Amino acid sequence: MNVLATSTVDLARIQFATTSIYHFLFVPLTLGLGPIVAVMQTQWHRSGDERWLKLTHFFGTLFLINFAIGVATGLVQEFQFGMNWSVYSKYVGNVFGAPLAIEGLAAFFLESTFLGLWIFGWNRLSPRVHLATLWIAVVGTWMSAYFILVANSFMQDPVGYKVENGQAVLTSVWSLLSSTWALYAFGHTIFAGLTAGAAVVLGVCCWHFARGRNVELFRPAATLALIFLVPVSCVNLWFGSHFGILVEELQPMKIAASEAQWATCSSCSFSLFQIGGFTESDEKPSFSIQVPDLLSFLATGSLHGTVQGLNNLNTQYRRQYLRQNGPSQSYLPPVAAIYWSMRGMAYLGSFIALVAIVGAVLSWRRKLESWRWFCWVAVVTAFLPFLAAAFGWLLTELGRQPWIVQGELLTAKANSPSVGTTWLAISLTVFVTLYIALLVVDVWLMRRYAERDPGAAPTEEAGAPAPAVGY
Amino acid sequence: MNLQNLWFVLIAVLWSGYFLLEGFDFGVGMLLPFLPRDEPERQTMFESIGPVWDGNEVWLVVAGGATFAAFPAWYATMFSGFYLALLLALFCLIVRVVSFDWRSKATSPRWRSVWTWANAIGSFGASLVWGVGLANLLYGVPIASSGDYTGNFWDLFNGYTVVAGLAVVLVFCFHGANYLTLKATGDLLQRATRTARLLSFPAVLVGAGFLAWTVVVAVDRNDKDVFPPVLPAALGIAALLLAAWFAARRREGLAFSMTALGSILLVATLFTSLYPRVMVSSTDFANSLTVQNAASAHYTLQVMSVVALICTPIVLLYQGWTYHVFRGRLA
Repeated sequence: MNVLATSTVDLARIQFATTSIYHFLFVPLTLGLGPIVAVMQTQWHRSGDERWLKLTHFFGTLFLINFAIGVATGLVQEFQFGMNWSVYSKYVGNVFGAPLAIEGLAAFFLESTFLGLWIFGWNRLSPRVHLATLWIAVVGTWMSAYFILVANSFMQDPVGYKVENGQAVLTSVWSLLSSTWALYAFGHTIFAGLTAGAAVVLGVCCWHFARGRNVELFRPAATLALIFLVPVSCVNLWFGSHFGILVEELQPMKIAASEAQWATCSSCSFSLFQIGGFTESDEKPSFSIQVPDLLSFLATGSLHGTVQGLNNLNTQYRRQYLRQNGPSQSYLPPVAAIYWSMRGMAYLGSFIALVAIVGAVLSWRRKLESWRWFCWVAVVTAFLPFLAAAFGWLLTELGRQPWIVQGELLTAKANSPSVGTTWLAISLTVFVTLYIALLVVDVWLMRRYAERDPGAAPTEEAGAPAPAVGY
Repeated sequence: MNLQNLWFVLIAVLWSGYFLLEGFDFGVGMLLPFLPRDEPERQTMFESIGPVWDGNEVWLVVAGGATFAAFPAWYATMFSGFYLALLLALFCLIVRVVSFDWRSKATSPRWRSVWTWANAIGSFGASLVWGVGLANLLYGVPIASSGDYTGNFWDLFNGYTVVAGLAVVLVFCFHGANYLTLKATGDLLQRATRTARLLSFPAVLVGAGFLAWTVVVAVDRNDKDVFPPVLPAALGIAALLLAAWFAARRREGLAFSMTALGSILLVATLFTSLYPRVMVSSTDFANSLTVQNAASAHYTLQVMSVVALICTPIVLLYQGWTYHVFRGRLA
C-alpha cells in the first residue's frame, strides 16, 4: 500500500514537472517577443518605414505559432491542480485559487481578446487602434505572469493567510499580492522572458546574416534585439543573485542544496564545479573548484556572511515540525539535481550576457553581419534562455521539496486520493506523446518561418488581409 | 443573498457565457469537415470564428479558476473524480487550439485536412465531455464521506448523462449553423441555412428531452421540487422550438438569438436543479457537496466579488467591441 501510494505521488510529480517545464518553453517567448514585435510595429507606425512592417509580420508570425501552444498547455496547468493534487487544492484553494481566478478575469481575457483583434484587425482598425491592441495584449501577458507567480509564491513563501480547520484561509489579499517573493519572481521572470525574446530575434537575424540573406532588412532588427538583450541579460544576472539573498532568508534549505553545503559556514567559498558530495553519506566532493568567499557574498550580500548548512537545517526542521510530520521525516531536497540546475541556469545566463555584449560591440563596429562564426554562436544562443528557464524552475520547485507549501503541507500528502496509478499512467502517456508531437510540429514550423524571406508573402495566405499574420 | 450563493450564480453565469459563446465556435468547428465544398469556403468558416474563439474559451478558464477560488472542495472533487473525462477534454481543446493557428501555416491539402479534422474532433469531444460532466454533477457520482470520488471512468456514463452529452453536441451544432447563416454569403450561406434547418430537428428533440429529463433527475435524485427547475427547462424547450421555427423561416438573427438563449438555459436548468448542492453523491446523499460545505471563507469571496465587480463589465465591454469590429458577413 505504502509503495503504491509513493508511486502515485511520484507519477503526479513527474507529470506536473513535465507539463510545467513544457508550458514554460513557450511562455518566455510570449512574454519577451510580444513587446519586441510591439516596438517594431510602433517603429513602423512612427517612421512609416516599410522594413519595420515586414519585420512586424515576420516576427509576429513566430510569436503566434508559439502563443498557440502556450495557451493550449496553460489550460492543462489550471486543470492539473484539481486533477492530480486535490488535497493540495482543498488546502490552499481559499488563497491560491484567488490569484488564478483573477488572472483569468483581469489578464487572460485581455490578452486573448486583444490578440484576436490584432491578428484579424489589420484592415478593420485604424493603424493607431490596431497598434494599441498589440500593446494591450502584451500588458495582458505580463499581468498573467504576475498573477500566476503570486500563486506560485504562496508555495514558496506563504503570506497573508492563517490555518483554520486544516485549511489555509486568506487573511490579507494585499500581503499576498505584494509578497516580496512574488515581486522578485515577477521581475526575474519578465527579464528572462525578454532575454528569450531578444535572443530569438537576434538568433534569427544572425541566421540570415550567416547565409548572407536579407541583411539590410534584418540589421535594424538585430540592433533592436541587442538594445533589449544587453541590459536585460546583464540585469537579470544581478537580479537573480539578489533574489538568492531573499531565498537564503526565506528558504535557506534551497540555497544550501543549490551549493551542496552540508555544514553551516561563514566566509563560504562557492563551488564552481564538483564531483561527488551530494548525499548524506558522501558529503565531501572528491574533486571541486572553489572561489573563496563568493557563496557568502551571493547568499548574504557580505563576504563574511553565514550560510546555513543542509545538516543543521534538517535537524532544526525535524525539531520544528516534529508534531506535524513525525520524527522520521527528512527535509533534505534532492541535492545533486538542485546543485546542477542552479549552475545550469547561472552559467547559461552568464554566457547569454557575454554573447549579448560581444554582439553589441560587433554591431557597433558594423561587423556583426560579416563575422560568420559569431553569427552561428548567436543562432545557438537563441535556444539557451529556454534551457536556463527550465533549470531555474527545477531549482525553484525541487528546492522547495519535501514541501508543496513551504512549512505547511508536504508534497507526499497532497495528491488526489481518487487518482490511482492507472489513471496517472494513462494521462502521463497522453501528455508526453501529444507534447512531443506538438513540439516536433512547432519546431518544424518555426524553422520554416524563421528561414523565410520576409516580405515575400507566402502563397498560402493568399486572400487573407495580412499575409504573414493571418490564421 | 449571501456570497456563497452569489458565487454559485456567478459560476453558472460563467458556464452560460461559455456555452453561449464557445457553443457556436464549437458548432462551426464540428461542421467544418461537412459543410464547405472547397478550400475558400473552409477558410471562410475558420475566419468566421478566428478572431473570437480564444476570447470565448477564456470563459471556461475563468469558470475553472472561479470554482477553484470560491469552492475549493468542489474543484478538488470534480477535477480529480472526472480525471479521464477531463484528460479527454484537454486533449480535444489542445489540438483544437493549435489547429487555428497552424492550419494556415502550410499549403498541402493533407496538412490542412489534418487540422480541419483536429478542430472538428476537438470541438465534438470537448462539447460531449462538458455535457456528460455537468450532467453528472446532478445525477450523482460515488463520493465518500471524505469528499473524495470513489468511482471509475465508466461510472460517468448512463442514459441520462449520455443524452446530456449528445444534447450539448447537437445544440452547439445547431447554434454554430445559425451563426454561419449570419456570417456566410453565397453558396456557403445556402448550405448553412439548409443545415441549420436540418439540425433543428435532432437538436430540439434531444435538447428538449434532456431538459425534461433534468427536471425528473432533480426531483428523483436531488430532492428538489418540480418548481423551480421546470421554469428554465420549459423556457429552454420554448427557445429551442422557436429557434427551429425561425430557422425554417430564414430569420437568421432571431434563430441565432434563440439557440443562444437555449444554450444558456441548458446551463441554467442544470444549476437550478443542482442548488443548493454542487455535486450530488450517489453513495450517500449526505456526502453531497453543497454550496455551504464546499465554499471558501467569507474574506476570499469578498475579495473575489470586488474583483468580479470591477473586471466583468470591462470584459463584457471589450468583448462586445470585438464582435462589433468583426461584424458583418465574410465575402
